[in-house]
Amino acid sequence: MNEILMIIGMTLVTIAVRYPVLVLVGKIPLPPAVVRALKFVPTAVLTAIITPAVLYPRSSQIELGITNEYLIAAVLSSLVAWRTRNVLVTIVVGMASLLAWRWLMSVL
Amino acid sequence: MNASLQQNSAPSQAIAPSRRTEFWNGFKDTFPLVVGAVPFGIIFGALAVTSGITAGGALAMSAFVYAGASQFIAAGLVSNAAPVLIIVLTTFVVNLRHALYAASLAPHMKHLPQRWLAPLGFWLTDESFVVVIARYTKTDPSPFKHWYFLGSAVFMYSNWQLCTLIGIVAGQAIPNPSAWGLDFALVVTFIGMLASFVRNRATLIASVVAGIVAVLAHGLPNQMGLLVAAVLGIVAGVITESLNPDEALKPIDKITSADAEALS
Repeated sequence: MNEILMIIGMTLVTIAVRYPVLVLVGKIPLPPAVVRALKFVPTAVLTAIITPAVLYPRSSQIELGITNEYLIAAVLSSLVAWRTRNVLVTIVVGMASLLAWRWLMSVL
Repeated sequence: MNASLQQNSAPSQAIAPSRRTEFWNGFKDTFPLVVGAVPFGIIFGALAVTSGITAGGALAMSAFVYAGASQFIAAGLVSNAAPVLIIVLTTFVVNLRHALYAASLAPHMKHLPQRWLAPLGFWLTDESFVVVIARYTKTDPSPFKHWYFLGSAVFMYSNWQLCTLIGIVAGQAIPNPSAWGLDFALVVTFIGMLASFVRNRATLIASVVAGIVAVLAHGLPNQMGLLVAAVLGIVAGVITESLNPDEALKPIDKITSADAEALS
């Protein structure tokens, strides 16, 4: 029951941020203040998801050293993303460097 | 729009791509992002059933919510027995970025009838947006750019359903997906996408503030740190931009590498 409520609620709020905006903005322009704030939403939300996942990879313990393969892979893939702006290349470099660094740390 | 009524018109690739060409190009151009979504979808399926969501619930979530990052976070919240209201609120904030995508696409799509806007609105994701906005901002006068969107959306959506199903089935077979680094797939996909959003001083500061706050507020219960970080990042971006009014004039659908080059 709770699960059904959760899925209905998630569905409604997700439709609410997509469809009405798509329909209305073509007809009525959004207030400039809303547009200005919206511009920063993807940047802020994506970064807020990425950084804890990278810095707290295993537990509630922050890992800032070179033994954190997630941090190494995130730094390398960020450089690649910045330079190439190619998502597939970024994914390949990120996953490969994560596994390579994990292996390196395990044999050292 | 009359374009969708001309079912029997002769193909005219020489002048503009046909519906079929647009659909197929949307499909092809989305391929790299589908690759990134595969492990992520499988992990969602596996994680959902181990976090206490039923198999039917996980499938329904992918079919109806269809917003990967929020589904992932919801699964984490369910395993921590978070209240439904918190899960729905977090979903709203995490998916609020889709409102920007919709606002950026709307001026290009205002001629479309509801039977196009409703499904394309429902199928709007990070991945399809990044691909489709690039198609819409090309200046060629193709009347079938929404077919490109459709091709991208159909590919992303069907792949997401399939991967969720595989994940649910394979949940037992891959007891520890992080041992394979699969938990990093979502993160690295987002890193790739972030590069196209961080394009001037204001967005860079929004990113840095959101990142620092997210790390400092990581201990807050129910993923509230994510919400706090997102809001403070947005505020920091707006303030920075208001101090640099030149940047405020840039249209929101102009994502150019020139802006990024200026920073580096």
